[in-house]
Amino acid sequence: MSSLSLRRLEKRFGAHAAVHDLSLDVRDGEFMCLLGPSGCGKTTTLRMIGGFEAPDAGDIEIDGRSVTALPPERRPTAMVFQRYNLWPHMSVAGNVAFGLRVRRLPRAEIDAKVREVLALVGLPDAPGKYPHQLSGGQQQRIAVARALVLEPKILLLDEPFSNLDARLRVRMREEVKQLQRAIGITTVFVTHDQEEALTIADRIAVMRDGVLEQVDTPERLYAHPRTLFVADFIGTMNLIPGRVDRQAGGLAAGPWRLPLSAVAWPDGAEATLAVRPEDLVIDPAGTPGDVRRVINLGHYLQVLVDVPGAGTLRLFAGKDAAPAEGAALGIRIARALIFKDTESVEVGTMRPAADRPASAYSPAADRS
Amino acid sequence: MSPTWYWSVGALRRAVGVGAFLALAAFILGPLLTLLLWACAGSWLFPSLLPEFSFKWWAYVLANADVTKAIRMSFASAPLATALSALICVPAAYAFARLRFPGRRALLLSFLSANAFPKIGLYVSIATLFYRLNLMDTFAGVVLIQMVNTLLFMIWIPTGTFRGINTNLEEAARDAGAGPLRTFFQITLPIALPGLIVAVLFAFLAAFDEAQGTLIVGTPNHITMPVMMYTLVLSYPQPVGAVFSVLLSLPSIAFLLLAQRYLRAGYLAAGYSL
Repeated sequence: MSSLSLRRLEKRFGAHAAVHDLSLDVRDGEFMCLLGPSGCGKTTTLRMIGGFEAPDAGDIEIDGRSVTALPPERRPTAMVFQRYNLWPHMSVAGNVAFGLRVRRLPRAEIDAKVREVLALVGLPDAPGKYPHQLSGGQQQRIAVARALVLEPKILLLDEPFSNLDARLRVRMREEVKQLQRAIGITTVFVTHDQEEALTIADRIAVMRDGVLEQVDTPERLYAHPRTLFVADFIGTMNLIPGRVDRQAGGLAAGPWRLPLSAVAWPDGAEATLAVRPEDLVIDPAGTPGDVRRVINLGHYLQVLVDVPGAGTLRLFAGKDAAPAEGAALGIRIARALIFKDTESVEVGTMRPAADRPASAYSPAADRS
Repeated sequence: MSPTWYWSVGALRRAVGVGAFLALAAFILGPLLTLLLWACAGSWLFPSLLPEFSFKWWAYVLANADVTKAIRMSFASAPLATALSALICVPAAYAFARLRFPGRRALLLSFLSANAFPKIGLYVSIATLFYRLNLMDTFAGVVLIQMVNTLLFMIWIPTGTFRGINTNLEEAARDAGAGPLRTFFQITLPIALPGLIVAVLFAFLAAFDEAQGTLIVGTPNHITMPVMMYTLVLSYPQPVGAVFSVLLSLPSIAFLLLAQRYLRAGYLAAGYSL
């Protein structure tokens, strides 16, 4: 059982800093996702852990021992790549057994291990086949088997399912998650897909421009994003530009006036109001808006509402309470986050509307 | 109109296609067929339509000491030139494909230069150099001059082949515990094999067919088959030239049949798709 520590990693490509001052601890048996848009440095970070890129500064430790100076073949890590994983001139058994042969294990032991790991990934009949006879999903399963058979301390996955179609991708990530849980291997998984990260990770490290923005559990990242970038990147978020206005009661954003008691932000400073669609509640007494579009998402509806001064906002509605397109509607903010530069503050709770003091959230229109 | 009208035009169209194919086949295979006929002809004089069948010229050619010496020389020098070329060029090609070093492009292009100018000028200047180095009329000199012709194939084709192999395949091997050398010999080289075989094939034929340079460097005692051809065509009966041509093309045919095993469609593409 193993832990991984990245200490102040730095990697430059020319003048461009791909990874900057990155420190991260992955606990024993944890499933950690590196999440971010393309070019954020997540794959570079993973390749540094695997030994394929050398950091310009910083240290990588596995179980408290530095591996920074070791080449990939001497690190206790195993990587599954996005594509081009399997060696086309070797059978499946040859691919899986390669690393065991390098380690000069006895033949009988190699055969047993190969059989065992192929059963583990659900392809017990594959050993004699060649990679080109397998589907994309099967190839990636063999790649996972080839990584696991070496019993690495850390499993590294670099967007392994991004080349598969959507349905298969969902199934594969469930399988990998179950497999990871069953054998309890410490795993680092790179993805740009926030939904994928939210569904499989124990913790997510959100990266942007080579810098770590926030490391947290999926639940906390979603509910308590620490930066505007994380708030916008994870899930859907309505962003409304605003300004600190103490006379109006705190923050003025569109038609709303929200209290800002916890922070001492100067008057006139720009801030952004961020509201999840599920925190926008339809309430006849709320701020008026016009329904622009109603999108049917199966068991619920996504409603786009034009609110004067706040642009077009997204909210969810049940099928029973479906508003008509073009109709007027009142909406209320049940819970919101306010971001100013690197600071943020939360307003409201997830409690039902009746429990809250009305004055704090009532729109300006109601107050006058 | 009745459907038979379409059928008849379809047949016509097919006939035109078949005719064009036959014409092309005759154009390509006709000379080869004539060559084969000549090689098996005791004599073929007007007005006989077909030659008098005989292997006597084969016996004549193979009994000629000069000819057998040239055959020996060719089969010793061309494989050696190819092997040496591969030994030097394949690692160089790997470096061209994988490493980023200053002057990479210019250096790669420089291998074209040997083929960019009239070769005879190049050979003459090489000959003056060989005189100083005492390489004229030596086996080593012949091998060296044949290698000049192989360089282009042995650098360019393997460079393209290595570049086409995704680095992930090599990284996966390193990840599994293999060192750089093991990775090259057990992963990269086998995957590159079809491309390397093509390169070896072209290089061997270039070395085997080389006549101009060998004529200048190797005369009088180190004569290869293509050089011998000049003499045979000029001073022997026609069937001798034909027999010799067939002998000259045997290695290429053998090589093609051998290579076919490795150049199956799909082998190269395997593992490159997901």
